[in-house]
Amino acid sequence: MFEATNRNRWARRNQSLIGALLGFMTFVLILPVLIILGVLVVEGGPAISWEFLFSEPTQGMTAGGVFPALVGTIWLVVVALLASVPLGVAAAIYLSEYASDNWLTRFINLAIINLAGVPSIVHALFGVGAFVLFFNFGTSILAASLTLAVMTLPVVIVATRESLQAVPQAFREACWSMGATRWQTIRKVVLPNSISGILTGVILEVSRTAGETAPIMFTGAAFFLPFLPQGVLDQTMAMSLHLFVISTQVPGVPEHLPYGVALVLIGMVLSMNAISIAFRMYLRGKKKW
Amino acid sequence: MSDSVPAASQSNRGDDFDRRDAAWYVDRLVHLLVFLGGVSAILFILGIFVFITREGLGYLTASFSPSEFFGSIEWRPTSDTKPTYGILALLTGTAAVSGLAMVVAIPFSLGAAIFIGELSEGKTREILKVLVEMLAAIPSVVWGFIGLSIMNPFIIDAFDVPVGLNVLNAGLILGLMAAPIMTTIAEDALKAVPDHYREAAEAMGATRWQVIFRVVLPTAKNGLVAAVLLGVGRAFGETMAVLMASGHSVNMPTSPFDSVRALTATIAAELGETAHGSEHYRVLFTIGIFLFLITFCINLIADLIVRGIRKK
Repeated sequence: MFEATNRNRWARRNQSLIGALLGFMTFVLILPVLIILGVLVVEGGPAISWEFLFSEPTQGMTAGGVFPALVGTIWLVVVALLASVPLGVAAAIYLSEYASDNWLTRFINLAIINLAGVPSIVHALFGVGAFVLFFNFGTSILAASLTLAVMTLPVVIVATRESLQAVPQAFREACWSMGATRWQTIRKVVLPNSISGILTGVILEVSRTAGETAPIMFTGAAFFLPFLPQGVLDQTMAMSLHLFVISTQVPGVPEHLPYGVALVLIGMVLSMNAISIAFRMYLRGKKKW
Repeated sequence: MSDSVPAASQSNRGDDFDRRDAAWYVDRLVHLLVFLGGVSAILFILGIFVFITREGLGYLTASFSPSEFFGSIEWRPTSDTKPTYGILALLTGTAAVSGLAMVVAIPFSLGAAIFIGELSEGKTREILKVLVEMLAAIPSVVWGFIGLSIMNPFIIDAFDVPVGLNVLNAGLILGLMAAPIMTTIAEDALKAVPDHYREAAEAMGATRWQVIFRVVLPTAKNGLVAAVLLGVGRAFGETMAVLMASGHSVNMPTSPFDSVRALTATIAAELGETAHGSEHYRVLFTIGIFLFLITFCINLIADLIVRGIRKK
């Protein structure tokens, strides 16, 4: 009576077949990450040395190191964070703690989705039109970083909003019923309980900002500069643009050099990403509610 | 501030229960500040549109002709005799590359989303999710470099073609770039299907696969469509990787082995060489307006679809 019918057997066989197929598809999708990392380490690894990291490019960028580009990327990321973190955290606090579900909130959410979805080259055009020309910052670290800040604003907003909303509502209600205002509640209860989540988002933003190329091409990053930037109104080299330049624009670059630059760039980006992921997992393990 | 505010509040106290003390005013002030932060997102989107239009408008009002702009395959911005700005070939290049990317990315990322969300659990699932996140984190210029230095010789060898920088190369790379966002959003959509749907189906004797195919996927349909749309938007707007891997030659592609040029890549390659305010410069900004409007529509539709699910 309980014997499997043909139909049952067919369904079971199908199930394991399809499971295997889906597993294989997932594998194919993530295999390239491993291959890419492997190739970059093998080809670029030998190029990397202290001298490579801390010396200037020489002989028309066909030899030497990446120091000015490395410093430039750090400048760009730091200035971009100074602009986008306060703004993004404020926006997230508004959306999570103050806003009611009305048309304005819907518009803000739509705008955030669009800021994340607009092509990076359109952000670059915006940076040229707004920061370089209209606000007259010229091609400078300031203009490039502000362009990057606008572009990566959604990363901070979304991460911060998520970690604010992960704080149980009961915490807030307990605080309000003691007579605290919304802001007192946020400052004393909500933010202390979500600050590590916000930090995770900020690290993720560093990773995004460091890798972007198109938005800084016309707003502040230069192909080659023999000196380090002295302030936010100077132009600068950047790792991402440097990789583009030596792999497409400069003839006669020895093969190991762009691999080395790519390895340093992806190392910066992925280590930031890994820190962010590890931090998040650690927090999840520590959570008491 | 904490001294002056209570004095101000003193004057408009109506009764003994008025609690507008310093903390109340601070709260209002913070409310205003974070409100401005929230509204800034809208201002930036408007700002993007306004500032790009401001630079591109000179062309749109002067010599813009839709039939030439959209209908001509002649992209000769630097011609001495008569520059022509037809974006049809560039648009076709973008469409060919993004189309191929979607052919690759849609099945694989939906498959991966089902595998990660429904079939794997515990440590495996965590590791797979981290790897997908890593895939998303690789910068586009690194993808472009991979197209140049790894995919290019590989395609030349494997298919015996003279040039490896073509639709196939850029399409595969864009597919891999668009896959993580599609996988993540599709997996979220699957996760949003309530567990008691699955339990009810399993109680009726359905196999795991029948549960997924007959119950979970139909329920999550809208979220999956939104995931695909966002992936399309991502592929469509990608710049550096396409610039480096597509061959960057103005061409109406007839096979995957033809080199093409994309709209985004054209702006990236040519803006640096144009004089500020020249016609060529304004045309590039006009392409920017066009790209902005298309991605805006894609995102709007995806958002409306997702919102449709939440209402239900």
